[in-house]
This record gives sequence, structure tokens and C-alpha cells, in this order.
Amino acid sequence: MLIPHPLLGLRDAQEFVYKGDARLMARPDPQADDALQAFHDYTYLRDNPAGQHRELWFHEQGDRSWLIVTRDTRTHEILKAELARPRGKGERT
Amino acid sequence: MRYSGLRIIKEALTGHKGWTPAWRDVAPQNQYDFIIVGGGGHGLATAHYLAKVYGKARIAVLEKGWIGGGNVGRNTTIIRSNYLLPGNEPFYEFSMKLWEGLEQDLNYNAMVSQRGIMNLFHTDGQRDAYRRRGNAMILHGSDAELLDQEQLRKEAPFLNFDNARFPIKGALVHRRGGTVRHDAVAWGYARSADRHGVDIIQNCEVTGFKIENGKILGVETSRGFIGAGKVGVAVAGSSSKVMSYADMRLPIESHVLQAFVSEGLKPVLPGVITFGAGHFYVSQSDKGGLVFGGDIDGYNTYAQRGNLPVVEDVCEGGMALMPMIGRARLLRMWGGLMDMSMDGSPFIDKTHIDGLYFNGGWCYGGFKATPASGYAFAHLLATDTPHDTATAYRLDRFISGHMIDEKGVGAQPNLH
Repeated sequence: MLIPHPLLGLRDAQEFVYKGDARLMARPDPQADDALQAFHDYTYLRDNPAGQHRELWFHEQGDRSWLIVTRDTRTHEILKAELARPRGKGERT
Repeated sequence: MRYSGLRIIKEALTGHKGWTPAWRDVAPQNQYDFIIVGGGGHGLATAHYLAKVYGKARIAVLEKGWIGGGNVGRNTTIIRSNYLLPGNEPFYEFSMKLWEGLEQDLNYNAMVSQRGIMNLFHTDGQRDAYRRRGNAMILHGSDAELLDQEQLRKEAPFLNFDNARFPIKGALVHRRGGTVRHDAVAWGYARSADRHGVDIIQNCEVTGFKIENGKILGVETSRGFIGAGKVGVAVAGSSSKVMSYADMRLPIESHVLQAFVSEGLKPVLPGVITFGAGHFYVSQSDKGGLVFGGDIDGYNTYAQRGNLPVVEDVCEGGMALMPMIGRARLLRMWGGLMDMSMDGSPFIDKTHIDGLYFNGGWCYGGFKATPASGYAFAHLLATDTPHDTATAYRLDRFISGHMIDEKGVGAQPNLH
């Protein structure tokens, strides 16, 4: 697979480390009343869709940026790659 | 029809005109007591034990394609009971005992061959870890034997003992491990289940569950609605998709594992050999092909094919382990979808919906578990209590802190 890095152009997926569902960027609030359940769901449960999947790829052998790649898990077609950034307040990842 | 040597002679003398299909091709009825979703090894084994051991009637197995077309026909056919942790080893030892009596039980030649497994070690630390694992196996009634380098040389002289980076120091040998003809497992269970009255319905994809007041009433399928008292789902690879019909999110990601087979060769390998310094395992089929594999590709996927970097990595592992493999040409390679769970261990459990049961999360170790998985799942479906060997395989083990993490890598499915 080739990943279209927004800064570096097409890069071999071998340069990256796969870090899973991009929803993992949205950590639950540790102070919330339901924090135990929320962290369980966050850590262990996945949507695991057959189709479009937003996922984290870390460019370890490259510029060490984190990307959010949108990929079709049925065909391996990569639809989009963007730089991952920390969430602002009230902003959805 | 019962298979026997006498039957073969009789058929040979009468032009092989008396053979009948191994299972019936039936249309679905309106209502069953038990529906098993998934006509793979685990689903068919569940139906077999449910009918034969637990004496249940009105059972159907629903398969979206043809039976045995998924992972039971895509694995590297290895059976073993060499786990370390208490939640796992009794289950896999139970499975090994069922393998040992499988062909008599099914009246079907599944070519169960206990040719042994050698797990190689390359360092002192690894030897100590394998000694501990061997002791754990023996304590649970399995068998294990630690070979030093000299003993191993006698059994497998072709290994690259003097590899500068990963010298081979010895092996943990599990003599009762081995290989089984994987397709025959699916066919044997299907035939036996059919003989006990189970309806095996192919080309029937489940597209939804009918659930009312927290209780399952049946399944929606590509061939219409089918009512059921209890529904057991055994569709590893597609578990998240099917269970999403019941609004469940699972501790599972789907990944692809590739497997490889070389051209046919004269017998060269005594049994199954695993490389301890990289991830590589190899055996030789009865047709002569070297059957081997390595790591999963490592990203979520539902495509039953992988990418070339893993092919390269697997072949490098093979060359490091036994350089003679470089003389063999690769004949075929393929991919299968794995339910990679969050601790590397499976699930056989009830769900929050009354009458809906789940079996999955087998990572890339599902084949060896087929008989015990079917037995334990049938036990759960029939009695509503977990089988003694499968009490640890609960869906709620992450929140209760009872993970079964053989590798100790945590909630990173692509590392298990």
C-alpha cells in the first residue's frame, strides 16, 4: 500500500506503524462518573467496520508525523490522508 | 451411509454407483430450536456436538457461501495444546483429546497426524521460558519435552544451527501436536451433523436479528426470516459485522493472515517447526508441499488478501530457519480474516440478549480449537452454563480484569 502523505507525497506503508482506529484520539474524561465504563469501551471495544475506516498511521521511518488515513477495509483503497492533530474544545475528531 | 473399508471394496466392485452425497441440500424451515450462524469448522462442530452429545433436535447451520469456504479451508492445519495460561491450556488440551478421537467419532478420515511440533529457542532466556511453558503443559495433562541442540540435530539436521544472529540452541517438543486435513474437518463435521438430523443451509446469509423485549426470535436472511429459540454466532473474521446487527461492539479487530504453500517435494520435514527468533512456522503436507506462514499484516481489513511486505518477511524467516527452503518454489499464497481480540484469546459466551450466544475472537489460532470450541459452544447453547474448560472466555473479562494475554502485549490486537 502507498499512503499519500500530505507533506511528503506517496510513501510506502512500510515506513509507517499502524496505530488503529482514529477514535482512539478522543480519550474519555477521567473525572467523569462513568469513567471506568468509558475507559473500558475506549480501550477495548472497536467499531471494526467493513468499509471506510479512519485510522492512525505513525510515520516512524519518516518524518514521525501522525496521519489519519481513510481507507476502505474491503479493498485497501486509500481515500484520504491528513495530519492528525489534537482536538480543540468541542471539536470532533 | 457409514464409511468403511468394506464399503470401499463393495463400491469398487460395483462401479462406485452407490455413493450418496455426504450431506443433504435442504431448504430452510420456518422455525428451529437452534440456529448456528456460520458453516465453518466451529459452527459445524457446534451443530455436531449439539445434536450428538446434547441430543438436541431441530438445528440449522446457516452459511452465507459454501461450508468450509472460510478460515477452516485457509489455515495452516496445525493442531497443538502448548499454551501457558490456566484459562487456555485446559481448553486446548481438551481440544487435543477430541482430535485424537475425531475420526472414530465422525466416521470420517480427517488425516489427523500427530507428527509433533518443535518450538525452537535461540537464547538462554528463551530456553527458560520454554521450560516453564513445558512444565505448565505437563501440569495440565499435555506433553512436553525439552531438547538440547545435540538432540535436536538428530531430528532436524537441516536447520541453520549456526546462524550468527539467532543460533538454534534447542527446542520444546510437543509430540502429540501435528496437522489435520483442514477441509476434511469441515466435511466430516457437516456429514456427521447431517446424519444426526441437522439442516445445513448454504448460500443463506444472515442479514439481521429479530429481537423483541431483549429476547431473540430469529434471524433475517437472504432466504427470508427463520425463527429460532436460540441463536449461536460462530463467524470469526466477520464477528463485528454480524454482532453489529444486535447493536454490539466487540473487543475485536479484523485482520488478514497470509499462508503459503510450496511446490510438492519428497518428505523433508519430520513435523511442524516454529522459528523462535521471528514469526515463522512450517510443516509439510501429505501431498509434499511445504505449508508455512508468519505474522498478520497488521492493519484492519476485510479483504481476504494481504500485501507483499509480509510475504518478504515470512520468506526471510524461512531462509533464516532452514536455508534449504530457498530451493523450493512458492506455489500459492492466500489470506484469511482473523478476529484479533484485545488479549489474543477467544470468546465463548452469552450476550446481553436472551437466546443470543457468541463464539469468536480466535485470532489466528482457531483451527486447533475447532473440536473443543464446538463442544463448549454446544454445551453453552444446550445448558446455558459454560463448559468447564471454557469458563474464562467471557466477553466481560476486560472490565473485570481477567484478561488471558499469553503474549502480554495489552490491547493491541495487531501484536497478538
